[in-house]
Amino acid sequence: MSLLNISELKKSFLSPGGEAHAVVDVPSFSLGEKEQVALSGESGSGKTTFLNLIAGIIRADSGSIRIGETELTSLKESKRDRVRASEIGYIFQTFNLLQGFTCLENVLLGMSFGAKADRDVAKKLLERVGLSDRMSHFPRQLSTGQQQRVAVARALASRPRLVLADEPTGNLDHQNARDALALIRETCDETGAALLLVSHDRAVLEAFEVCRDLKEINIARREEAAV
Amino acid sequence: MTLWLIVRRSLRQHLLSTFITSMSIALAGGLCLSVWTIKDQANATFTGVDSGFDAVLGARGSKLQLVLNSIFHVEASAGNLAWEDYTDIKANPSVAAAVPIAVGDNFRGYRLVGVSTNLFTEIEYKPGQRFEVYGGGRVFDPSRREAVVGSFVAQKLGLGVGDTFHPYHGLIFDEKKQHAETYVVVGVLRPSNTPSDRVIWIPLAGLQRMSGHDPKTATDLSAVLVKLRSAQAGFRLDLLYNKQGNRLTMAWPIGQIMAQLFSKISWFDRVLELIAYLVAVVAVGSVLASIYNSMNERRRDIAILRALGARRRTIVGTIILETVAISAFGMVLAFGVYFAIFTLVASVIRAEMGVVLVATQWHPVMLWAPGLMIALSAVAGLVPAFKAYRTNVADHLVPVS
Repeated sequence: MSLLNISELKKSFLSPGGEAHAVVDVPSFSLGEKEQVALSGESGSGKTTFLNLIAGIIRADSGSIRIGETELTSLKESKRDRVRASEIGYIFQTFNLLQGFTCLENVLLGMSFGAKADRDVAKKLLERVGLSDRMSHFPRQLSTGQQQRVAVARALASRPRLVLADEPTGNLDHQNARDALALIRETCDETGAALLLVSHDRAVLEAFEVCRDLKEINIARREEAAV
Repeated sequence: MTLWLIVRRSLRQHLLSTFITSMSIALAGGLCLSVWTIKDQANATFTGVDSGFDAVLGARGSKLQLVLNSIFHVEASAGNLAWEDYTDIKANPSVAAAVPIAVGDNFRGYRLVGVSTNLFTEIEYKPGQRFEVYGGGRVFDPSRREAVVGSFVAQKLGLGVGDTFHPYHGLIFDEKKQHAETYVVVGVLRPSNTPSDRVIWIPLAGLQRMSGHDPKTATDLSAVLVKLRSAQAGFRLDLLYNKQGNRLTMAWPIGQIMAQLFSKISWFDRVLELIAYLVAVVAVGSVLASIYNSMNERRRDIAILRALGARRRTIVGTIILETVAISAFGMVLAFGVYFAIFTLVASVIRAEMGVVLVATQWHPVMLWAPGLMIALSAVAGLVPAFKAYRTNVADHLVPVS
């Protein structure tokens, strides 16, 4: 059974000249429960926009995004926020940790807007990602690898059904990238969350059983290339 | 909990601006608290001070000047009245007690008041409270050059029982105008928190016959302090002295005369209130400016919170709560500022007028000023909150791949 079903999804932005510029045009895409899929795509291929549409951060021009039984595109922004808070975990390339908050507080914030923030759960997640001795540290006091671990713990804090990862290893060295990727996949496995990861790093993509090229899914870019 | 956590962390991240804006709120709030409490308490206290008397009889002139000179021991005397005027009013059946006083000399700027001893034996300056000599002293002997010193004077000049001094002529201290007589302090009054604390009391005859004074006026008085038997007696004496007579003035009732003074200077109260309001508005504006100017650096944090599922109204709530927290913290500090301003002003008023104002006395401004400042800050917070509300999440979650 599919967790994520996308059909006829379109999003365009206005160029400075006032012309509509299609960024996402996905006729069909689906992701099963607990499935882990990697999408390959170069910079400017619409990866982030695609993930932001799924996360409900931006609104589609048309089409359908269904997460479980919920049709995201028909929801008001506040409802989309609620779906994002409770159903979706988001891991960013630049981690996007809040610098004024400790590691533990960052993880707590990951569960604060959906369910009730549970300190014990947050601590267990940080222990799981190997940061039990860094809970009171601020992000600036951590290495980049450790920061990404906090971001992973935060993404899983609300026990989401779907984790979106946007170039999660893009800012890490080779060893840290491998560790972070393994951690993301393992923790998603453990929590039963499906994983949709986008990257242009071949080593990352090869680690997945299912890897799809975004150009095949997003025909907006294909058409643009043809032009 | 989440909102408060976000606010706390934001305040900590912007610690310097938080402190500065809180201090501006503290100064404005302290000023508001001070203006309203001091003016109202001063009004109530000055109109309530009568030192146990209902009226003052003096030479024809201003009632206010008569009260200020005789009760508050400031201002010059409007003129003298004859000893017979005192015996007349003392014999009036409407009068419960009459205390003659004479002024005209000082010691180091503190006024010497010649008075009869019934001030200490008959008069209650507050219900149930009489002027009382303490610490082993006694009331002066009217036939000797002895003095009883008010508590404030004793403290300021370091006078105690057994000390001696030479009076100076006039109400303003001039060291060239020293009288030859030597007076001995025989008692210090227990603090009464009335203008009497700022006075050196000596026998009436002593002041009247001080060397250098005109012998022709040796029995004249500056005023007679009057305690009436009833309120109706006041109307009768007012008619007798002020309306039918044209030689003397009866200042009655004392509180109403002081209230007229405050009424005349009420425009000054309104100026102070206006200044306090303006300072409050400027302080609230500084909170607005501080948070508004930090919005650019906050936008990424706001975008992250939104990406984690925070709704726009949650973000708006954190910004408004932050302005409220800054304002609330500032108002806590404002009470410290208030106590500092109040203590300073109260000490000046006590030194100049002998009237004691109490900083801890309840006033409604202590409730409405914090409420108003916090409410104004919350309203001011709407401006940066609106900017936060409009933050585009995707644009600020850089980089975009």
